[in-house]
Amino acid sequence: MGGKAWLGRVGVPAAVLTVLAGNVFAAGGGGEMIVIVADSRRFSGLLAWWANLYNDSHLGFAVVTVLLIPTMGTVLGLLTDFLMSRIGINLKSRVLAEH
Amino acid sequence: MDWLYVNLPIAGGQILWPGLVILGFGVGIIGGFFGMGGGWMVTPGLNILGLPMAFAIGTDIAHMAGKSLISTLRHAKFGNVDYRLGGIMIVGTVGGFELGAQLIMWLERIGKVEAYVRYGYLVLLSLIAWLVFADVAKKMRKDREAIATGRELDALSTGIEWHKTLHKIKIPPVIDFKQAGVRCSIWLPILVSFVTGLLAGILGIGGGLIRMPALIYLVGCPTHVAVGTDLFEVAISGLYGAGSYTYKGRTELLAALIMLVGASVGAQIGSVATKYVKGYGIRIFFGVAVVGCAVSIVFKLVAAEFPSVRSLFNGAATALILLLVGGLSLYILLKFLGGVRQELAMKKHLVE
Repeated sequence: MGGKAWLGRVGVPAAVLTVLAGNVFAAGGGGEMIVIVADSRRFSGLLAWWANLYNDSHLGFAVVTVLLIPTMGTVLGLLTDFLMSRIGINLKSRVLAEH
Repeated sequence: MDWLYVNLPIAGGQILWPGLVILGFGVGIIGGFFGMGGGWMVTPGLNILGLPMAFAIGTDIAHMAGKSLISTLRHAKFGNVDYRLGGIMIVGTVGGFELGAQLIMWLERIGKVEAYVRYGYLVLLSLIAWLVFADVAKKMRKDREAIATGRELDALSTGIEWHKTLHKIKIPPVIDFKQAGVRCSIWLPILVSFVTGLLAGILGIGGGLIRMPALIYLVGCPTHVAVGTDLFEVAISGLYGAGSYTYKGRTELLAALIMLVGASVGAQIGSVATKYVKGYGIRIFFGVAVVGCAVSIVFKLVAAEFPSVRSLFNGAATALILLLVGGLSLYILLKFLGGVRQELAMKKHLVE
């Protein structure tokens, strides 16, 4: 392998890995995940419950997220779909062409 | 003007809620049109609005899942979704994404998440822009040659055709994807989706930015089917990503829901607008969007490196993202309105 080819195929990846390895060592050994705490004192009602759920259980908060997002998406999607159908255009077919 | 701001229960601080609605609307239009979650605009856009980067990623993915579901439902009615292809790609995407999310948490621990995510975006956007415009140039050359020899090109012919070479690698099982019009080894979409999932997890995007061109250039889908199938995948993988990031405590769900209100309207408009634009029209504007986003990332990097011009370049990055989202959304909205007007006029003419 010539000198320039060596530099491109081996030298550059080696240099990148060295820099990244330096950062890995700088991180120290076996760090714990950074914990963020929501300040629920500023809120009341639903938002306070929301913040407290986050602090009490990330699993519970994740379950709420995974249920709420598609539910809201479906509700809003059906609503906007209905509004779009009122325009009067064909919403069931299209012509497939690149140019 | 306090009413314009909403307190964020998880990330802390306040955010301009009309900014969230407008960002959601604009990116909804763009996402429904180009077949992606729009995360590459939303993540920096949220960061610019004041949300910390680690929350911007998780929040973007949460809203993206909902918005992509809306767009998928619309595209499915047009016949643009290949569920078999999308379902197989989920396998690779989920594995790649989880690995990417773990890498982001490691970057956060060493305090390098902001810089690495931005540099990663920049390299990726540059490669994708080059690919798209090289494809357009090659197609234009083919058009000229066809005209010169008096041949007529097939409506589905394209410039770059790497997929034809990849389809020859028939590692079993080989599957027919009818809606996409593709027959290839199952390992091709799985490998493509694993890599796109990994990059998506690191960069905080749904993966559509990478997966849409990958579906076109590596798997060989027609542009409209790539758009619809990609959105299906983004909806599923986005939901997984939302769960993953939320479990790690990095999602501001309130911001995601506010964005979803605007995105739901935008997604319908963007999806329907694809009816009125040919495949290469979508590809060219996709390339323009990618270039614009790369330039805004450069501005943010300059701002981070040179404190003396920080506010100037941060402002320029903000202005460019807003101009990009606004300009592209307006272009697609005008295509939608023009197409609707023409279709209704033709319908009226036929009735008479």
